[in-house]
Amino acid sequence: MEEEKKEFQKQVSQTPVEQERTRSRKTYVPRVDIYEKKDAMVLLADMPGVDEKSVDVTLDKNVLTIRGTVEPKVCKDHSVYYTEYDMGDYERVFTITNEIDPNRIEAQVKNGVLRLTLSKAEEVKVKKIAVKVS
Amino acid sequence: MYGPRVWRWGGISDPLSEMQRLQREVNRLFAGTGRYQGVDYPAINVLLSEDDVIVTAEVPGLEADKTDISITRDVLTISGSRESEILKEGESYHRQERTGGQFTRTLQLPFIVDSGKVEARYEKGILSIKLPRAEEDKPKKIAVKTE
Repeated sequence: MEEEKKEFQKQVSQTPVEQERTRSRKTYVPRVDIYEKKDAMVLLADMPGVDEKSVDVTLDKNVLTIRGTVEPKVCKDHSVYYTEYDMGDYERVFTITNEIDPNRIEAQVKNGVLRLTLSKAEEVKVKKIAVKVS
Repeated sequence: MYGPRVWRWGGISDPLSEMQRLQREVNRLFAGTGRYQGVDYPAINVLLSEDDVIVTAEVPGLEADKTDISITRDVLTISGSRESEILKEGESYHRQERTGGQFTRTLQLPFIVDSGKVEARYEKGILSIKLPRAEEDKPKKIAVKTE
């Protein structure tokens, strides 16, 4: 039963020690779906508690990083009765291939789901080189 | 902020096992219909005060119009479905870690709630339900007469 539960719980990220962050908040790895369309790749990441202002998507050469920060909700006068999840920030890093055009990446956040549309680069046209006869 | 598995109970009986017992029974009822089987989804947190209880659940991508929250005395049932992408021909998944589809979860609350005054909000993928305590279930102070 415990193993089944683990699958649905958030996975704590395994950041190496060198990458410590300034905030001492827990970091989670968001679950993603990646699928390929004819002319784009679509990435969907589950990041509940994140909106378009608190999400950060950066592309550095071929490394795509998605980050989300979450402000924990504080309910005054309420005591914790039962918990199954903890709140924290999200981070996940991907390496993307040259297939993707880095200038045409669109991101939108709706209801805690980040949707990235990575358009594929147009195929490099094969140039025919004319050979002159000398 | 909250450690995992932190709880405290005030009554004599253990309300945690009550909730889990009810959940297991409901899960058994629905087992084999293709829903999340035997696993409590979504994960919930319950915050308690004297006058109300707040239940929060992380459910990103919830289809707002298909969410159903119903209350009977002290039992809360949340059901709904998460949006799942429908791929067209020629499209394929490289990775699929998110789960979509129907879910139902039933909780036993620590007191009877006033179903008319329940508020539910869905924001940034987090569903939070505020359930005020029913008047008849509030503890009544009894004055002690002294001679």
